[in-house]
Amino acid sequence: MGITADDVARLGALARIRLTEQECHDLAPELNVILESVRSVSEVAGPDVPMATHAIPMANVFRDDVVTGSLTQEQALSGAPDQEDGRFRVPQILGEE
Amino acid sequence: MTATVDYDDLLTRYEPVLGLEVHVELNTNSKMFCGCPTTFGGEPNTQVCPVCLGLPGSLPVINCKAVESAIRIGLALNCQIADWCRMARKNYFYPDMTKNFQTSQYDEPIAFDGYVDLEVEGKTYRVEIERAHMEEDAGKALHVGGSGRIHGAEYSLIDYNRAGVPLIEIVTKPVKGAGDKAPEVAKAYVSHLRDLLRALGVSDVRMEQGSLRCDANVSLMPIGSEVLGTRTETKNVNSLRSVERSIRYEMTRQAAILDDGGKVKQETRHFHEGEGNTSPGRSKEEAEDYRYFAEPDLMPIAPSREWVEELRGTLPEPPAERRRRLQAEWGFSDIDFGGIVSSGALDLVDATVVAGATPGASRKWWVTELARRANEAGVELDALAITPAQVAAVQGLVDDGKVNDKLARQVIEGVLAGEGEPAEVVEKRGLAVVSDEGALSTAVDEVIERNPEVADKIRAGKVQAAGALIGQVMKAMKGQADAAKVRELILSKLS
Repeated sequence: MGITADDVARLGALARIRLTEQECHDLAPELNVILESVRSVSEVAGPDVPMATHAIPMANVFRDDVVTGSLTQEQALSGAPDQEDGRFRVPQILGEE
Repeated sequence: MTATVDYDDLLTRYEPVLGLEVHVELNTNSKMFCGCPTTFGGEPNTQVCPVCLGLPGSLPVINCKAVESAIRIGLALNCQIADWCRMARKNYFYPDMTKNFQTSQYDEPIAFDGYVDLEVEGKTYRVEIERAHMEEDAGKALHVGGSGRIHGAEYSLIDYNRAGVPLIEIVTKPVKGAGDKAPEVAKAYVSHLRDLLRALGVSDVRMEQGSLRCDANVSLMPIGSEVLGTRTETKNVNSLRSVERSIRYEMTRQAAILDDGGKVKQETRHFHEGEGNTSPGRSKEEAEDYRYFAEPDLMPIAPSREWVEELRGTLPEPPAERRRRLQAEWGFSDIDFGGIVSSGALDLVDATVVAGATPGASRKWWVTELARRANEAGVELDALAITPAQVAAVQGLVDDGKVNDKLARQVIEGVLAGEGEPAEVVEKRGLAVVSDEGALSTAVDEVIERNPEVADKIRAGKVQAAGALIGQVMKAMKGQADAAKVRELILSKLS
């Protein structure tokens, strides 16, 4: 029951976070405490309370299909750690496989 | 692994089961959640803003036109439209999305439970639609170093212009029972979607530009079994022909593995157009862990029944029904009509008929003369600089005896060269058939005088000999004469 060290290792891999075996071991019980706390909320909410994902009961908030301004290439790249030829330069993809 | 299994032979042991996922880029002016333009081919990272770059604090808002297109596509696929649905975050860490998730839909698609009926070699197949959901496209990665493919690349360069362009993903239920025709059914399905989406006017549907993309899931089930086999998902299938080829290849590849007592590995594979084979991509088990959850930044979508019914009223005639209707109205054989469809001239011929030309003449110009010119110019038929109305006008000139068939071709050439409307081209190029009886009569007399032997034959009743004289008169008139009239004149002078 609950999250195991293996689960933590897998989540770490999916999130591209490098975790040592020890860290996985330490994090598992901590995450379980969080899950348990969240679970206690669902005990309070009975079946008559619908699941909510949005704070305000609203729907159909749309915009018209109109082109508005974009950033310039310079602005777009201004926060990039690295760039080349007007593009974001990123490390090798799938390097771990 | 090389496939050594015979295609027909494998079908005696296995039943192919397909699942097709088609991504369609919508042709909205702006992106799915922001006002950046969606035009193709812009300078890299010039069609981006804080929303589609996923900068902190930015808030997406749904493009109403994209929802409208999604509903129309759903209705055209005979789907139910959700009363209420949400967008969801599909979490994955890959630099083609800056946000570390793709905004998509998960268990609440906008459209679900539909079907399309396809005709393949005279038989009708029903492909059931599981769902059609809304999502956004990702950025484009350019892999630098190594082979240019992902594997072995030293680093990657990303252009986010495409990130956030609205997409509709259309997913079929497992397609079973097509047997040896499975690859053809898949191709017919994608072809049908392309026609349908084009008729709806919701997408450019250009496979070569990636505005219509197909992923093909293929598995083999031993005949008599009810248990689905392990599937592979083939990506990079960028033409109708590739849909068919890639599925056929996967079927033989998987059969070879199963025959050997092996197990098919569940994975994503890439189709190589040149070699006609597939190679493994990233492993599917890992990729599937997307930890979806409802997108809190976007309000749910709840299309009213009135809106849905209003959109239903805007649906075009289904392509297959339209084709049947037009073929019957025009009275063409399957071969002649098939020629129109396969040359991409259906809409053009239809518009030419509407503009007043007969179906036969409309077909002739588009499928022969204009198709040849489009082919020579290396462009699509509908990209030629001539309108259906102009083609109808050219035919009108022929019908009125103002130009003959040969001159009409020159008129078309003139219109294509931008010399103006057909009548103006006739005027400027001096192409009109000479209706001056005097000039024609003189030309006929001269030709008869130069060919006394032929003339004698005709006088003696050998009417078919007139052909030789008609040719010479036409030449003397530089082609600008009505051949029927010339023949009439020759015969009357020699009777």
